[in-house]
Amino acid sequence: MSGYQQDPKIKPTALSGEVTMPAAIGAVEQVQSVRTPIAIDYIATPGASLSAYLRGMKQKKILGDKCPVSGQVFVPPRGVSPVSGQRTTEMVEVSDQGYVESFNVTRLPIKSRPDLNPPYVSAWVVPDGANVGSISLVAGIAPEDVRIGLRVRAVWKPDDELEESAANILHWEPTGEPDFVLDDLRIIGKPGGQQ
Amino acid sequence: MSKQRAAVIGVGQTKYASTRGDVSMAGLVREAAYRALEMAGKGWSDIDAVVIGKAPDFFEGIMMPEIYLAEALGCVGKPILRVHTAGSVGGSTAVVATSLVQAGIHGTVLTLGFEKQSESNAMWALSLPSPFTTSINAGAGGYFSPIIRRYMEYSGAPELIGCMVALKDRQHALNNPYAHVRDKELTFDKVVESPMLWDPIRYSETCPSSDGACAMVLSDEAGAEAHDGPVAWIHGTAMRSEANNYGGRNVVSPKASEDCAADVFAQAGITNPRAEIDAVEMYVPFSWYEPMWLESLGFAEKGEGWRMVESGATNIDGGDLPVNCSGGVLSSNPIGASGMIRFAEAALQVMGEAGDHQVEGAKKAFGHAYGGGAQYYAMWVVADSKP
Repeated sequence: MSGYQQDPKIKPTALSGEVTMPAAIGAVEQVQSVRTPIAIDYIATPGASLSAYLRGMKQKKILGDKCPVSGQVFVPPRGVSPVSGQRTTEMVEVSDQGYVESFNVTRLPIKSRPDLNPPYVSAWVVPDGANVGSISLVAGIAPEDVRIGLRVRAVWKPDDELEESAANILHWEPTGEPDFVLDDLRIIGKPGGQQ
Repeated sequence: MSKQRAAVIGVGQTKYASTRGDVSMAGLVREAAYRALEMAGKGWSDIDAVVIGKAPDFFEGIMMPEIYLAEALGCVGKPILRVHTAGSVGGSTAVVATSLVQAGIHGTVLTLGFEKQSESNAMWALSLPSPFTTSINAGAGGYFSPIIRRYMEYSGAPELIGCMVALKDRQHALNNPYAHVRDKELTFDKVVESPMLWDPIRYSETCPSSDGACAMVLSDEAGAEAHDGPVAWIHGTAMRSEANNYGGRNVVSPKASEDCAADVFAQAGITNPRAEIDAVEMYVPFSWYEPMWLESLGFAEKGEGWRMVESGATNIDGGDLPVNCSGGVLSSNPIGASGMIRFAEAALQVMGEAGDHQVEGAKKAFGHAYGGGAQYYAMWVVADSKP
């Protein structure tokens, strides 16, 4: 009846009214389904740069890669510069203080962090000495008081709980310093809107 | 070496819904393909090759589904090619299919994008824990909301512009029987009162999770001329990509987006997009991306895109640049198909086949898709006459 060699000869479906199944494929039996959740556990093998980064984390140091062409510093380091495509050869330590480049206030529970009670602040934090930020938790401040440019510092796990993991940084908290002023004229390329 | 001309001669879509429990993935793609063949007046035997796209396999947990879908698409014994560029994949898939016709390799190509989100969990598939970073990101909204905040801050846009876009696209969807979200009772107040998920993004300002597929039949010049019905001539296609993590990146208007738009408009001979384009189908999964893309693509000056939204310029009812007359991604989001729906709806507009959401007299239309961390771009310009 609806074999795929059959040439359809039906007029084009008009884009108005209700959608109905074409007769040639509408008469087939409704599909039966069964839900079978699957999961994959896998072992991630970090390369040389990420290995150094994770070992640094255990000593409360944040290590980044420096691009040999642009001089930009990337955290976490991947061993290659996304700017030049060149392999990076120099690792540098960046500060455990920085600023909030932007953020959201997340009001959804997140599966991988059942300990995290919404609302929480998910922010792009750029450590001093780095050229890019990564998504980080900002706490120790009411969500409505967080702002772009807020100066923050890392809050580390107790020394005897440190592992080779970025999870050693529990969250970032305000330093109380004046806000960093983002140079949006340079980055966004437009004189500001309503001030 | 010049390209050969290519055109869309058929478009087919499924009804989009949160769960299309009546069909399997194979049934879903077949439904869209069947409708595209109907419109093109073609049979399965007329198709030379199939180019298919979907989002990462990880979403549904089925590796390389294109292999098992080959039979449902009448593709046994023919070439099938899978394209993968994250959320922009529907657009890129159409571009790759077009290139096969323009290169003279195939005369008639079926191209298709699909997703069955009811069998997947895309939000958490995008939020995998890793030991290298803090694992607190809640899906795509978690990633894009800080970028939207940057736009709001630098542009000084009034804070309810996003709600205006959300209401406009859902009202447009009422004129599209294929759309997933069709809420006749929706009001501006309801949009505004909807809960914040990733402040500044409300639930009402996000795209739904949909099942669906969209297909097109592309033809070479001879086939399009012989076709008994309207065609959409392809005047330009472009794709770009970039890394998402370099210093000084313009996250609001990435360079790849601006370069891609400049390329596709140059191919189409368009110097003033706002004046020369009659209908836009733009990838807007979060409402604020409408003003952001209007600026990035050159339809508005930097920092001024929100004024077009505020003035109603992007509304099919009275606007000079109707955007997402189909209801857009905010009304239907089968991820792997979402980009192709933009391209297909642009084609329907210039074919005069957009039904109740037709822009009167549309001659040139623009289709747009983006994906990843705003890293992949695919665009095309189609028109009712030959390039």
